Amino acid sequence: MLLITCPWCGPRAESEFSCGGEAHIVRPKDPDALSDAEWADYVFYRTNTKGDHAEQWVHTYGCRRWFNVIRNTVTYEIKAVYKPGETPAGGEA
Amino acid sequence: MSAQAKRLDRGGRIDRATPVNFTFNGKTYQGCAGDTVASALLANGVHLLARSWKYHRPRGVIAAGAEEPNALLQLETGAYAVPNARATQIELYEDLKASSVNAWPSVEFDAMAINGWFARMIPAGFYYKTFMWPKSFWTKHYEHYIRKAAGFGVAPVDHDPNRYEKTNAHCDVLVVGAGPAGLAAALAAGRSGARVILADEQAEMGGSLLASTQTIDGQPAAEWVSAALAELATLPEVRVLPRATVYGYLDHNFLTIAERLNDHLPLRARSANRERLWRVRAKRVVLATGAHERPLVFGNNDLPGVMLAGAVSTYTNRYAVRLGDKAVVFTNNDSAYQSALDLHAAGVNVVAVVDPRSNPQGELPLAARAAGIRIIDASVVTEARGGKRISGVQVMGLTANGEVGGSAQALDCDLLAISGGWSPVIHLSSQSCAKAIWSDEKACFLPGKPVQAEVSVGACAGEFTLNAALAGGLAAGAQAAQLADFETGVPATPEVRDPLEQPMLALWRVPSPAKPGRGSKAFIDFQNDVGVSDIRLAAREGYQSIEHTKRYTALGFGTDQGKLGNINGMAVLAEALAQTLPETGTTTFRPNYTPVTFGTIAGRDLGELFDPIRKTALHGWHVEHGAKFEDVGQWKRPWYYPRPGEDMHAAVNRECLAARNGVALMDASTLGKVDIQGEDAAEFLNLIYTNAWKKLGIGMARYGLMLKEDGMIFDDGVTVRLAENHFVMTTTTGGAARVMTWLERWLQTEWPHMKVRLTSVTDHWATIAVVGPKSREVVSRVCPDIDFSKEAFPFMALREGTAAGVAARVVRISFSGELSYEINVNANAARQVWDAVMAAGAEFDITPYGTETMHVLRAEKGFIIVGQDTDGSVTPQDCGMGWAIKKTGDFIGRRSFSRPDTARSDRKQLVGLLTSDPNVVLPEGAQLVKNPNAPIPNPMEGHVSSSYWSANCGRSIAMALVKDGFKRMGETLHAPLGDGRVVSATICKPVFIDPEGAHQNV
Ligand SMILES: [Zn+2]
Repeated sequence: MLLITCPWCGPRAESEFSCGGEAHIVRPKDPDALSDAEWADYVFYRTNTKGDHAEQWVHTYGCRRWFNVIRNTVTYEIKAVYKPGETPAGGEA
Repeated sequence: MSAQAKRLDRGGRIDRATPVNFTFNGKTYQGCAGDTVASALLANGVHLLARSWKYHRPRGVIAAGAEEPNALLQLETGAYAVPNARATQIELYEDLKASSVNAWPSVEFDAMAINGWFARMIPAGFYYKTFMWPKSFWTKHYEHYIRKAAGFGVAPVDHDPNRYEKTNAHCDVLVVGAGPAGLAAALAAGRSGARVILADEQAEMGGSLLASTQTIDGQPAAEWVSAALAELATLPEVRVLPRATVYGYLDHNFLTIAERLNDHLPLRARSANRERLWRVRAKRVVLATGAHERPLVFGNNDLPGVMLAGAVSTYTNRYAVRLGDKAVVFTNNDSAYQSALDLHAAGVNVVAVVDPRSNPQGELPLAARAAGIRIIDASVVTEARGGKRISGVQVMGLTANGEVGGSAQALDCDLLAISGGWSPVIHLSSQSCAKAIWSDEKACFLPGKPVQAEVSVGACAGEFTLNAALAGGLAAGAQAAQLADFETGVPATPEVRDPLEQPMLALWRVPSPAKPGRGSKAFIDFQNDVGVSDIRLAAREGYQSIEHTKRYTALGFGTDQGKLGNINGMAVLAEALAQTLPETGTTTFRPNYTPVTFGTIAGRDLGELFDPIRKTALHGWHVEHGAKFEDVGQWKRPWYYPRPGEDMHAAVNRECLAARNGVALMDASTLGKVDIQGEDAAEFLNLIYTNAWKKLGIGMARYGLMLKEDGMIFDDGVTVRLAENHFVMTTTTGGAARVMTWLERWLQTEWPHMKVRLTSVTDHWATIAVVGPKSREVVSRVCPDIDFSKEAFPFMALREGTAAGVAARVVRISFSGELSYEINVNANAARQVWDAVMAAGAEFDITPYGTETMHVLRAEKGFIIVGQDTDGSVTPQDCGMGWAIKKTGDFIGRRSFSRPDTARSDRKQLVGLLTSDPNVVLPEGAQLVKNPNAPIPNPMEGHVSSSYWSANCGRSIAMALVKDGFKRMGETLHAPLGDGRVVSATICKPVFIDPEGAHQNV
């Protein structure tokens, strides 16, 4: 049961949140300009990071807002929490 | 035998003034308040408590706590039955009833004990190997045999009458275990003012101190415990939880505790909650979980009367039980000499202490010798003998190179106390992701480097002396408080003197003097009947890793989870593989430390409270009118409305005919509704839906398909435009929450620049669908201020006005192909409007219908239901809905249409199916093949997604997803069914009624 700090509500139990998977996957501005492989990479492929991993979470049973989390996939330590459009303190997104 | 014949005259912590009567295997016994079932039975001289699960060997109590592998009892009967309760942990209460498991017909005479003789026929891997034998042999012979032989207790079949509850707590310091280290830690942390929770699985706090003969600050240890508890009670921020097992150490210092509130009470005295689940988030955790003593491994080491030395002291000192008349102690370390002294002090004849070490000179061995106890050094017990109770041991010398030799001597005894050293209880540390570290010096696994905010102290950290436990506990408690931002110092350690000890001699198994394959079985895992020979067999058969060996032999399985046997088992495997113990593997413990009841985990989340039940504003009317309901997500939706004498078939047929020939109405309030406002609302819909929205006129509605980025259909529904920047979207009933989350995600994370706001209004509006050729006449009467003429109110238009005097939004849309209107009103007024529609339609015999009729009506028109005719792998084109896709401009999923797999023309496509026999209704999900007689695996051509009897068509109709289906009109496919029938059906367009759409064009 992770303890996740919602940027708007503060620390709450994991059971209030849902994970949306890898963060910072930007929807291509012009999908037609992409090859099938490039489009497939955007739609289907995700990194399987061992270590610090940027992911999206939503405070489902709270403010219903989405935000980003840097979570270590080995230790489950949460290194940073930041709003969409922000960069995490002390590191790159 | 008189009551409690084996109870010592004095001493112990049981209350002799409060006798407690109980029943074991149908026989009545008496114990005392403060007893466990195990101590009470032992006080009555009952040592044979159980039969082992595989060989049905006689088994007795070996331990005194959670690590007990043998004495699993069936506690109580009926709804209160508890299978696999540990006799060592069940507190005795008046009228308790318990019985042995694995014994048939009785524990004294067990017919299955032939298994012991049969042992060579069922070695390790028996299950795996048996599965490879002929299947018929398995089902006819072995399964029957194993089902009778295997398994522990019997789960209750009655509804659990108990209540359970959950509570959440936060604390600065959680201390697990209230032995010397835990009590010290709780005191040091509690004095700082920190919020402390101290949990211990036993009813009485104190752990090993409750059986200790040591003194602390010159007082008996138990008096120090009383003083510590008294002080803790004065600290307002300290919560002491007895009977509370910390069974899970999860992420981010979240721990789960099962607190047993009334299992210790007579059944008739129980009320309120049986157990409470504590969900604790702790800033710091101090683990003081103690250590489990390891058995020694020799022939017949499982006989009743063979007990761990520490448990012998506990039963003698704490429970005042005389465990035997003639005792032998067999130990590879100094600690068990204390047990010899305790037995001696209790008047038991200690025949000898057998020690593999030469001339042990530790303080306790010297004390034993001084007490006149014979020490047979450089020797081992090679075999125990006896039937239902140990009657003696065979002792042989142990040479310096670790072999047994010399002449054997036989000693008579009825009690054998054994100690192979101590294993720290690192379960919670391991659960917290710290990797256990093997210590050669201490011959045990120690807790690894902490990953979470925790520390282990005392015996669970490999610090086995009382002084180290107290000092370590005080330091850890103070430090935990400091780390939680409380100012405090480390209290002085009380005065304690531990006996000077000599090192133990690691002895993982006693060498067998018998030839391989002969000799009596030496057990490692008592609960799973795993012996040395089983582990060696696994090694011979190629199992190199402890993880594989465990699964092959069942070592460490069951309720025991390897508490006693794991280390010995790993050592025997390491020896067989000629490698070191750390090379053989480490040991990883997962939750739960001890079994947890389902009730504790479920708490109050049962029955109607398991999941929210959502009812529409019209639910009461549906109930009053006899509706049968079906669950759609969390909603209760009317399924059909049977009239007296009607079955479902008859009711649905009647409802379907009414909708196409007269007028019918349905409660469509469960459809998801999202209010969308903002100047970018139309642009947003352009990206979310596959069609264009900017030019939709105000007061008009449009059907939309929503895709995932992979191009597959995700949801659908009708959205109306109320104003330039104001839309109301409807979603499928089951998809409402998913869609809302999906829309919010795009807005918040991808398009935050868009000025769009979303509000779920599903519950705010009630929706009444009025359907059929007479619907216009009905709604005209209900909504007199709206012009329902064909010209004034065209298809896919919205009009605002009143319905039965209530502000209403009326939309002319159709999910049936008939003329149809949906009246939307404030949910609070739903009943008033519904009643008005019923009244207005009375002269046309207006017919309420449910979801089943809705499904049939839409299938007659070939309209899809997302999630039934689609499954996440279906594109709009696959459904023949290319018309819903705009030609220019991007939207989610569009680019995927040109992926090679999505662009294939021979994908599975949605078609209609007409069975050759019009009276046969295909089962949904039926697979379709070209040739039903083709050899298996018969290539699948597709499957039936929707199938109904259509009263309007006078025959069955179906929809199916068929490979390249659009090009296969007229082809006959076959559905081989589970019952042996083969149903033939011909592919057609999936529109069975009114293909021109004339019905709604009126
Ligand atoms: Zn929040």
